[in-house]
Amino acid sequence: MSDNIIFGIEVLMNGLMAGVLYALVALGFVLIYKASGIFNYAQGVMALFSALTLVGIMQGQVPFAHLINAALGTDLHHFGWHVPAVLAILLTMAIMVLLAFCVQKFVFRHLVNQEPIILFMATIGLAYFLEGFGDLMWGSEIKKMSVGLPQGGSFWIEENTQWMGLGNENFFGFFLDKLDLVATVIAIVLVVVLVLFSQYTKQGRAMRAVADDHQAALSVGISLNFIWVMVWSVAGFVALVAGIVWGTKSGVQFSLSLIALKALPVLMLGGFTSIPGAIVGGLIIGVGEKLFEFSIGPMVGGATENWFAYVLALLFLVFRPQGLFGEKIIERV
Amino acid sequence: MFYREAGDYKTSYAADSQTFPIKFDRYRYYFVLLFAFAAVPLLINDYWVNAIFLPFLIYSIAAIGLNILVGYCGQVSLGTGGFMAVGAYACYKLMTSFPEVNILFHVLLAGGVTACVGVLFGLPSLRIKGFYLAVATLAAQFFLVWLFNRVPWFYNYSASGQINAPERTIFGQAVTGAQTQAWATYLFCLVILAFCAVIARNLTRGSIGRKWMAIRDMDIAAEIIGVDPLKAKLSAFAVSSFFIGIAGALFFAVYLGAVEVGEAFSIQKSFLVLFMIIIGGLGSIFGSFAGAAFLVLLPVLLKNLLVGVLGWPTDLAAHFEFLIIGALIITFLIAEPHGLAQLWRVAKEKLRLWPFPH
Repeated sequence: MSDNIIFGIEVLMNGLMAGVLYALVALGFVLIYKASGIFNYAQGVMALFSALTLVGIMQGQVPFAHLINAALGTDLHHFGWHVPAVLAILLTMAIMVLLAFCVQKFVFRHLVNQEPIILFMATIGLAYFLEGFGDLMWGSEIKKMSVGLPQGGSFWIEENTQWMGLGNENFFGFFLDKLDLVATVIAIVLVVVLVLFSQYTKQGRAMRAVADDHQAALSVGISLNFIWVMVWSVAGFVALVAGIVWGTKSGVQFSLSLIALKALPVLMLGGFTSIPGAIVGGLIIGVGEKLFEFSIGPMVGGATENWFAYVLALLFLVFRPQGLFGEKIIERV
Repeated sequence: MFYREAGDYKTSYAADSQTFPIKFDRYRYYFVLLFAFAAVPLLINDYWVNAIFLPFLIYSIAAIGLNILVGYCGQVSLGTGGFMAVGAYACYKLMTSFPEVNILFHVLLAGGVTACVGVLFGLPSLRIKGFYLAVATLAAQFFLVWLFNRVPWFYNYSASGQINAPERTIFGQAVTGAQTQAWATYLFCLVILAFCAVIARNLTRGSIGRKWMAIRDMDIAAEIIGVDPLKAKLSAFAVSSFFIGIAGALFFAVYLGAVEVGEAFSIQKSFLVLFMIIIGGLGSIFGSFAGAAFLVLLPVLLKNLLVGVLGWPTDLAAHFEFLIIGALIITFLIAEPHGLAQLWRVAKEKLRLWPFPH
């Protein structure tokens, strides 16, 4: 096989892996959107916040250390202990549940029955708030996330795919990051767990009922407040998973919150209401932008990944506004 | 008592339908204009102009533009930063290609170019709405910034990829470049802002503004009573982008002088202007001013208070800014969805009756 085709295949596979990561963020969006009709712009910042919190807890950072130091003139920074990863993840999850509770109690309870676009703007405000809060709490420097996920190229895959070069001397097997493989597994597990949860548990069914019809759900005795707190908690959990994977991949930093924006075209493509849609949309965007960059990118100056997803979604919207798997709920204007 | 319309008789339709029908409002408006044009230029120095007045004037233009689109026509746009970049780069290309033409025309033409681009990216609004449209405008934001970053023609093949405003004068006074006087830049922006505000105010209370509002309130009903959604939406996109383009051109040429597109016109800028109109008041020209003033002043005040008075590090103050802006947005959406403009209206109503309760 020629070099170009092999390289193209490698680009394709890396695109799939990137797509999985986009899909991880998009999943959180879909969950909240289905259950409460809120388009949660803050999902990416929630991932950043959870990752910051996780690292902060693991390294025993003192929360608000900068603030306390500045206000009281002390010199606090660390408690001096290291929390094991599992415990830290559990603690972070508890904080995300608390956050979900606060968001519901202080923000969205007061915005019931508002127009979707108002709710959307409120989540932008929430995103700003969380961003400032997270930085204030844990500091804004780039942090390293190490919860024990493997990293680096996988030699096993390289060795076992070398035969595919069919005698091409320049080919030493495909290069795939172990972390990407782990992320794929995590994403699959996450989707399976979410599907099982929403199909076979009482709470999951209540969640779907709320998504279907608020009033009908209320009339059979489902507490909307509880469901919404639960949905935000689940979204917080998904954000935590995304935060761990992205944080391990590129460090815990501000740009993490921008991947949320990438999830928007993923949703456009997959449809706002479909969990499989989020996955497929993520894969299409991931593969599409990598292949586009690989084939067309050099001709137009490169870095097309910045906008390709959005333009693809834009074109897609014109022809199929409900996305690939979404329900046909959009009013045509 | 302090604010009243009693004794204010009108004898013609023109007097009744003018912008400020109440005498008190009209005199206040003249007073503000007089103060802004005559008194402020004598009082300000470089710090005041660069820290407060120029950003306020320029963001006001952008906020008016976005308010026409979001507040009056109901089409949410997150592409403000990208459209401002179009204005800036159009102005730069015009300034360098036609150095002998007056800068004022360059700025207005830059607005015209942005209007065309705005209409192009407004086309999807004919099929989608709500946050679907918001995401579609994100495409404009990212694509335009990428375009200006990657295609060397736009920045005249300069090595740094930056664009720098050459010196241009009006009536012999430099308004762009390094040798500007504080008052000259201020007056230049103020004149354009006044021009934009008067146009916007009259457009929005005229027939086209009513069409926009009809589309915003209920598009199907609007169509039935004879409003053409195609024309209404695209004209809103065009007018809005025209103002935003002017703001971008001024932001680059007069305020910053040198611009790196990814930094100056990022997605954060889109959100900033959107926040201005949410806090100021959707669907209100006064609200655009109030929101711009608020979000320009807030960081300056916070910085002076936290860094200057309390001696905290600047990064901490920046985090607080995020926190406070976010909290304010949520608070306004919950407590007063019509923003500062509505608070102002309520205050006027209270003043009218004071000291009586009813």
